[in-house]
Amino acid sequence: MDFLTIIQILDSTVRLATPLLLACLAGLYSERAGVFDIGLEGKMLASAFFSAAVAYVSGSVWLGLLAGTAASLVLSLIHGVASITFRGNQLISGVAINFLAAGMTVLIAQSWFSQGGRTPSLFGGARFEGINLPFANELEPVPVIGPIYSELLSGHSVLVYLAFAFVPFTAWVLYRTRFGLRLRAVGENPAAVDTAGVSVVGLRFAAVMICGVLCGIAGAYLATALQAGFVKDMTAGRGFIALAALIFAKWRPWHALGACLLFGFLQAIALRFQNIDLGGVVIPVQVMDALPFVLTVVILAGFVGKAIPPKAGGEPYVKER
Amino acid sequence: MTLTKTLLGGAAAIALSAGMATADPALIFDLGGKFDKSFNEAAFNGAQRWADETGNSFREIELQSEAQREQALRRFAEAGSNPIVMAGFAFGDALGQVAADYPDTSFVIIDMVVDQPNVRSVVFNEHEGSYLVGMMAAEASGSGTVGFIGGMDIPLIRKFACGYAQGVMAANPDATVIANMTGTTPAAWNDPVKGSELTKAQISQGADVVYAAAGGTGVGVLQTAADEGILSIGVDSNQNHLHPGKVLTSMMKRVDNAVYNAFTDGPGLSTGFEVMGLANGGVGYALDDNNAPLVSADMKAMVDDASVKIASGELAVHDYMSDNSCPVMSF
Repeated sequence: MDFLTIIQILDSTVRLATPLLLACLAGLYSERAGVFDIGLEGKMLASAFFSAAVAYVSGSVWLGLLAGTAASLVLSLIHGVASITFRGNQLISGVAINFLAAGMTVLIAQSWFSQGGRTPSLFGGARFEGINLPFANELEPVPVIGPIYSELLSGHSVLVYLAFAFVPFTAWVLYRTRFGLRLRAVGENPAAVDTAGVSVVGLRFAAVMICGVLCGIAGAYLATALQAGFVKDMTAGRGFIALAALIFAKWRPWHALGACLLFGFLQAIALRFQNIDLGGVVIPVQVMDALPFVLTVVILAGFVGKAIPPKAGGEPYVKER
Repeated sequence: MTLTKTLLGGAAAIALSAGMATADPALIFDLGGKFDKSFNEAAFNGAQRWADETGNSFREIELQSEAQREQALRRFAEAGSNPIVMAGFAFGDALGQVAADYPDTSFVIIDMVVDQPNVRSVVFNEHEGSYLVGMMAAEASGSGTVGFIGGMDIPLIRKFACGYAQGVMAANPDATVIANMTGTTPAAWNDPVKGSELTKAQISQGADVVYAAAGGTGVGVLQTAADEGILSIGVDSNQNHLHPGKVLTSMMKRVDNAVYNAFTDGPGLSTGFEVMGLANGGVGYALDDNNAPLVSADMKAMVDDASVKIASGELAVHDYMSDNSCPVMSF
């Protein structure tokens, strides 16, 4: 395997890890505040559709991004109302959102575009183009650093850089701000937060809304940057892999980056080399596809450090009387 | 009690006669969905053509999960639909169990062989059509490396790959064929993001023509190929119009003809084994205004020559499914 191949695989890793990372951070905010969210998949899917649809109609990808985020926010709001306000079961609400999104997107797409549950192909300003970082072309001939800079770091869509910038930002918010402290507290011990006179419901809603925005960006990235349009079920389980990554990262932002890059890397490897031949032993491609989930189970089983979810996660908060 | 019984009996009789009255033919789509711009859509087009020409109507259902196969078959059979056409190899097991229970209903299964007295099994010689587009790919390629992207890794898709590789080798014995499969679950038919990544990986390995036999995943393959400035080859339906001037051709699998014929033959259609190949117009390559500039006269002459030879039996293309191996490539 030569150097250029490695660069290309890492380049593919970055593209594949970005939607995972955005969805993973989205889940992180929500779950750190004590609201489990298995509806990441559904929110991404809804955003993917509405971003592609609005981008196609308006010709502006930025309007598409706004529309996708808005759609994802609406689903977040439903999740919030069901599981925070009405104290419903968070898992059931999440499943409902996944079903709602899977059916609704195809139905509306068919009604609007009559192309069988897909949007027409986007082109021109209706898509996120890759942006070339300064001096990318000039540096390309330089050995080692050149390809790394011009191939790996440059040429991604703006959403990729945004996603990666969200990691330090999230770490800062979570561990260095008052809001972050309260957010973590509300996921561990909401009663204490309530006693301190801070609104548990307000904090949880804020977290769920942030989750909606990030899922919205993830979905828009899939439909308008990676692809040129929406196809039914195009998220293909990425919301669930993001959840696995979140558990793998034990609900911490920097580790989430590591987990998503690892899972993206495994996918990239699986796509590049179908069956890997390691000196006589052939690793089938299925092993690579299953590895994220196997790793998560290993972590959950406590073999490699125990993954302990936020203490109040999954529990609707009821004020004591 | 007696009154209830009478009422129920009456209701049942009405329901039954209603079922008899609407003995429309039925078409069942596979998981890829009716509008996959490919296999299922071709089936739908055939049914629609029949409906437009005869003024009759047909019943249809899009499956949402594996569990619905047998249920859908039985529901249509109970309702009196005849014939019942199902598009997809995956119906094999379900039909094998159901067909014997409805001896008066005719079933047609595409891409699979089910040995029952009331079943017509339609199979296509995809390897022949793939051979032709493989020759065109090798001719159009400047780098001598061409790609193949399959959907779910099943023998049928390997049959496409194997025929394609043989065609490539026939036109250019020094060529390299890179073959990738999207996945091993039905989700592999609907993952354009993975299709894109596979295409980029193949481009970085030197491929400048890619053939997508991957259902909805192929949309991502064709898109990325167009974005990156290489040629692609569509499958099943004519996909040349998706990216005019960027799609070299499409391997046409005339599923529409199979459905159309089945509906035209109606109840009591001839059963048994039916092969649709180059000889009877079952497969072929697409040539229209969108790709005319890409297909040179030499290329066309070469492919048409091979087409005639295959149809007459002079040239034999190896069928992967006949012995589960491919002479020119390994999976």
